[in-house]
Amino acid sequence: MARRKAFDELWGQGAGETARPGFEQLGDWLRETPVHELARRQAMAEAAFRSLGITFSVYGDEQAGERIIPFDIIPRLFTAAEWSGLSLGLEQRVRALNAFVADVYGPRHILKDGIVPEDIILGNPQFCIPANGAVPPHGIYTHICGIDIVRTGADDFFVLEDNARTPSGVSYMLENREAMLRLCPELFAQLEVQPIDTYPDLLRDMLYSVAPRGSHSPVCVLLTPGHYNSAFYEHSFLADSMGIELVEGRDLEVADDIVYMRTIEGKVRVDVIYRRIDDAFLDPLTFNPESGLGVPGLMAAYRAGNVTIVNAPGTGIADDKAVYSFMPEIVRYYMGEEARIPNVETFRCREPEALRYTLDHLEQLVVKLVDGSGGYGMLVGPTASKQQIADFRAALIAEPQRYIAQPTLALSTVPTLTDAGVAPRHVDFRPFVLSGAERVTIVPGGLTRVALEDGSLVVNSSQGGGTKDSLIIAGPVQAEQEEQHALPYSR
Amino acid sequence: MLSRTAANLYWIGRYMERAEFTTRLIEATLRLSSLSYGADAASATWESALAVVGRGPAPGQTAAPGATAFNVCRTLALDLDNPNSIRSCLSRARDNARSARNALSSEVWQAINRAWLDVGDRTSPGSVQHTLALIDSLKASSRGFEGALARMLRHEGFWFMRLGSAVERGDNSARLLDVKYYLLLPKGQKVGGVLDRDQWTAILHTVSARNAYRLFYRDTLKPWLVADLLLFRSELPRSVAGASAEVVDLLAEIGGRTGRQGEADRLARLRHSRLTDTNIDEVFRSGLHEFLKDYVAENARIDAAISQQFRFP
Repeated sequence: MARRKAFDELWGQGAGETARPGFEQLGDWLRETPVHELARRQAMAEAAFRSLGITFSVYGDEQAGERIIPFDIIPRLFTAAEWSGLSLGLEQRVRALNAFVADVYGPRHILKDGIVPEDIILGNPQFCIPANGAVPPHGIYTHICGIDIVRTGADDFFVLEDNARTPSGVSYMLENREAMLRLCPELFAQLEVQPIDTYPDLLRDMLYSVAPRGSHSPVCVLLTPGHYNSAFYEHSFLADSMGIELVEGRDLEVADDIVYMRTIEGKVRVDVIYRRIDDAFLDPLTFNPESGLGVPGLMAAYRAGNVTIVNAPGTGIADDKAVYSFMPEIVRYYMGEEARIPNVETFRCREPEALRYTLDHLEQLVVKLVDGSGGYGMLVGPTASKQQIADFRAALIAEPQRYIAQPTLALSTVPTLTDAGVAPRHVDFRPFVLSGAERVTIVPGGLTRVALEDGSLVVNSSQGGGTKDSLIIAGPVQAEQEEQHALPYSR
Repeated sequence: MLSRTAANLYWIGRYMERAEFTTRLIEATLRLSSLSYGADAASATWESALAVVGRGPAPGQTAAPGATAFNVCRTLALDLDNPNSIRSCLSRARDNARSARNALSSEVWQAINRAWLDVGDRTSPGSVQHTLALIDSLKASSRGFEGALARMLRHEGFWFMRLGSAVERGDNSARLLDVKYYLLLPKGQKVGGVLDRDQWTAILHTVSARNAYRLFYRDTLKPWLVADLLLFRSELPRSVAGASAEVVDLLAEIGGRTGRQGEADRLARLRHSRLTDTNIDEVFRSGLHEFLKDYVAENARIDAAISQQFRFP
């Protein structure tokens, strides 16, 4: 199958000779740095990650134990203009998401106005009944959003997915930058890269800002399922960089709707829980009674307004695939303007016209189950067999409401170090958007995930994808440099 | 600090100390066995190393055949079925460190992680040369851990790790002295007889006290002086008295920071004052073995009191 020529982030549609405007220095750096030198530095970075224990565990594969996510030494670049456009769009989208979740667990205007069909929300497995009617402190639900963005051309960015529950990957964003600063200092000397190392401080400020009213110096904790969880490295990294306790469910207890943690000095009241466990495990009294990961009574404390849970229970409704298709309408409804970053075109098969189109174009589309995840229940038309297409056709006709369809996108590529030298590989991008009591903040960066196989669109780390640093170049207005005072050495 | 975290840190201290002690025990035994003539003597030497860590033959039983350098090194260093092997200790220390990672400096974490990576999935100690190379790298790892610890922030986490290693160290030295002293005693000979100086050197080697002995006693190797050094010279970090004093100080330090003092402090002070009120002659009069057995039991009581005092889960 002839592959469509994808847009390359560095070379545009060129052939590795002329960099796009604003990318010249990166192009020069890549031309001037020999491949064996890139490979040497990349090996050093990966050795450092292993020694630091920057790993993820693979479920159900005891032998595999811990792996490092492959790291690619060639960074991806955004110009200041590209970034400012993106960040406006991200802020708009996350504000709309928050308004939407507050609405569906509150007055439900958007359902009453017929913008989003009621059954898509109220009949949705992600609709969290115990969260209904509970208003989180400061009214914020999705405090941390990881919005997956793909690109197909110079000005064509699309949102692929809104990760509004417990998005992960931010530690890789930060560690990748640390590795790049050590290994490619000359690149940072040439480019004015905006710093991202303020992320833990911004996250901490956000957590403090959303504490229940009335607590002067709130106690914030990060709740992890424990060190066998695949993202445990990130949990400990974040707690560590924020200087907050990393707790497991068994470290917490609830008495009179107040959450406490068990310390060597006795019980300490907890105000904010940045949880990295799913709703279903939060509280065995409310959700899965089998789970030992959560804290009995936590939901009652939340409903009483005594503790902030970040992200709030029930935010899964915001990143559901069926709801995703309504995001353009949702943004328009709450923000009064068009979405700055569009969705990938999505056909809702529950609608007869969309179903007809989908059935007519199965060979060109990606068809997804609305309640599936991680590639389950998915048809990738261009690479599917005749039998698979026939099966999906039957399934679509039987239960059209369970499916959405999207065109297969020619994702942009970024030069990547491969066994055969530097070659283009497809990428996506996950920036992290923080919503606090007063403001929305976005650190100028994100996690670029790269498909390491030639032509592959699979960037998922559990399926062999890697990561890259994402550099955002400073705009024309620079922060003033603080004056430096050098202290003389004595002899 | 979370009680669970404090427990993890305390046990990191214990496991890292136990791993280092076992490393030194193997090293000293290798040295000793290369000096012994005949397979029987070498085998007895290796059996005594097993006995120190509580894996010798049960009382009244004869030793199983095959206490070879290779087998014993494998049991002590790499055997995951032995919960006290170096590999088991490092693996549990690392597990605890992962779980309590945000209470550790990244250097301490890396030192533990590196030690664990060094042993990796090795299951065979290989030739003596290979074993010695492994020992060198394990010793370097221990130094790396201690160096990283020394530069850690002086907060509860630091004190709990140190407390764990002090509790463990006293226990290890007492075991070493107990087993070696009696195993090395030739049949029919009274305590304090003339014993093979190489074997006493091996004991000193295990607690890295060869030069300390010369410095303090300016004498040839005398068993009761070795016992005196290992029991009472608090200048020696691995002595029983040195470890006991450290436990008292560390508990006071933690108490000063958290306001929690209690049974563990009381027991530790009591034990230390008993140690300072006695001397080697009295110990021999009342029985060295009984003395050491009491010490190890007292150590276990202090360990339990620490768990209770700080609400270890």
